[in-house]
Amino acid sequence: MTPALPFVLIAPLVAALLLVLVPNWRVASWLNVGACAVTLAAALTLFTAKPAATAMLVLDAFNVTLIALTAFVGLTTSVFSASYIGHEVASGKLNPLRLRFYHAMYQAFLFTMLLALSANNLGVLWVAVEGATLTTVLMVSLYRTAASIEAAWKYFILCGVGIALALFGTILIYLAAQPVMGPGLAAMTWTRLLADSAKIEPNILNLAFVFLLIGYGTKVGLAPLHAWLPDAHAEGPTPISAVLSGLLLNVALYAVLRFKMLLAANGATMAPGPLMMVMGLSSLFLAGLMLYRRRDIKRFFAYSSIEHMGIIAFAFGIGGPLANFAGLLHMAMHSLTKSAIFYAVGHAVQAKGTQKIDGIRGLTVSHPALGWGLLAGVLAIAGLPPFGVFMSEFLLITNTFARQPLLALVLVLGILLAFGALVLRVQQICFGAPTGESHPIHGTLAPLYAHLALVLLAGLWLPGPLVAWFQTVAAMLG
Amino acid sequence: MIDIGYDAAHLLGALVLLTSFALLYQRRLFSLLNVFTVQALALSGAAAWQAYAHDEPHLYITAILTLGLKAIAIPVALHRIIQRLHIERTVEPALGIGLTMVAGVSLVTLSILLVLPVTENATALTREDLALSLSVVLLGLLMMISRRNAVSQVVGFMSIENGLILAAVGVAGMPLVVEMSIAFSVMVAFIIFGIFLFQIRERFETLDMRKIESFRGESD
Repeated sequence: MTPALPFVLIAPLVAALLLVLVPNWRVASWLNVGACAVTLAAALTLFTAKPAATAMLVLDAFNVTLIALTAFVGLTTSVFSASYIGHEVASGKLNPLRLRFYHAMYQAFLFTMLLALSANNLGVLWVAVEGATLTTVLMVSLYRTAASIEAAWKYFILCGVGIALALFGTILIYLAAQPVMGPGLAAMTWTRLLADSAKIEPNILNLAFVFLLIGYGTKVGLAPLHAWLPDAHAEGPTPISAVLSGLLLNVALYAVLRFKMLLAANGATMAPGPLMMVMGLSSLFLAGLMLYRRRDIKRFFAYSSIEHMGIIAFAFGIGGPLANFAGLLHMAMHSLTKSAIFYAVGHAVQAKGTQKIDGIRGLTVSHPALGWGLLAGVLAIAGLPPFGVFMSEFLLITNTFARQPLLALVLVLGILLAFGALVLRVQQICFGAPTGESHPIHGTLAPLYAHLALVLLAGLWLPGPLVAWFQTVAAMLG
Repeated sequence: MIDIGYDAAHLLGALVLLTSFALLYQRRLFSLLNVFTVQALALSGAAAWQAYAHDEPHLYITAILTLGLKAIAIPVALHRIIQRLHIERTVEPALGIGLTMVAGVSLVTLSILLVLPVTENATALTREDLALSLSVVLLGLLMMISRRNAVSQVVGFMSIENGLILAAVGVAGMPLVVEMSIAFSVMVAFIIFGIFLFQIRERFETLDMRKIESFRGESD
């Protein structure tokens, strides 16, 4: 094992402990950025390293992409966060003590997500996802308003139950594997399980997968277990909304996909795909309908995240090299675009002093740089060319039409439903006469435009090596 | 032939399930906590017995953790919170006792029908432990759904957790049981102390829980 992988995990952990000790929030916010930069640099070296799997950690083509993506969005969000909290302190919403806690938790959250992605042991994976829940529950309640405590409570109850069910599924996997591999760590080690998957009793695997899908699916925000997601996004600090949507949902979906691979390798189990397709499509429709009734801008984009996780779950559910490719690309594009949107929303809410869409009208008139950026982001997430989201959705729809034309109609209908709501709201937000207050924006819009540039680039031209990389992973997923 | 190892494990597992049923119909918060303490004691006994019978000393740690945290520390902390928030006399509008019991019995039947056929190759003790613990998990879910009070939801959550630890303890040689039980306990402790003690006391000292519960996020 090269030291790079442990280092990617140790860097945020050390930073979290260090940030507890830093009383000055300005220094802390830049230390936070520095720690994220170090993590990203270490994560990028993983592409060349090919370490063998150990009992606890594993690195393969699938998770290395997500580790790099997590480290990158972690860094850009920390830059956004530095300018965001400056405003929150100035307006008296946060005090230095809570910010100390916030920065430490931010790094701890990155640590748990990176650990979940690189874990080779199902128990470690579970503990890491639980840790991610814990840190985000505490951050959602950071403002300590009645609404944020209610949101944190709902989040804790629903995701607590979710991860409890996921643990039951994990125990069942161990129970199934233990007669084949003997008691001890081997029967919980992912690489060993995958190698010997064909010998495992398929019936127990079926039962386990249902629990794991419901359990981790709660954290993905798949309907009907999505109720925590809009509240947690709306009431927490906006940088946290960005990492929840952009990263945490992906990590939970990653866990589900790992178990799906296990079932696919066994061969004698039920097909896991249809379950995921049903959950995906119902999330898509539910979110599409709910989008029309939202009046709160952060809640609105939270529902859009549910919609996109639905699309991604559907893509992996239908499976096959092309749909998996589309799913992976969509995961990456959604992460980048949605976090960019939340950066813009964070600045817009601070500039206008409200989260209500009615109070944020005419953004391109009052704050042109921000308004046009938000518009570009929303058009990208709605799936318009030339952005990357269009590429992945187009690929998925054409592939589905070739294989399951009726399902493709349903999928297109769902996407159009959400598209209508997005276009309707974005023209209210971006155009017309400005409403509400108008404060100047402090801080940089660089993270927003960096993400948008990447999404645009991916839509126009995907580099050859990247395509080859995604194809390898798509083949792994089966 | 009498197999004392099997019988004792079975008895303790059944006691955990029985207390789950008892939790369902408690209407006063203090009696709810007392029943929960009994459940934690039974679970702690089950873990210790498994450690002794199968010679897996790390399970003693699980037993001690369960005893210390769930049978002593958490009930005491919740007692204090209830007194401080003056909600000790709360009679909860749960579902009717008869209805809840019927639902509970059908959940137990469901979990037996679900677990026993798929685990034919496992040992008898493992199979039955798993059926018992799935029942405890489902009863905990039922309790969380039928109660609107935050304290009883936490108790429901912890009884789900008890069911999971019962399952993990019952499967021979499962690694990381200790780590997982610690992770779960830390989570519950954090939530209780983080949300209740600091935040609710700071913000809502004079309010009762129902007002917080009735606050729905969407305010337009």
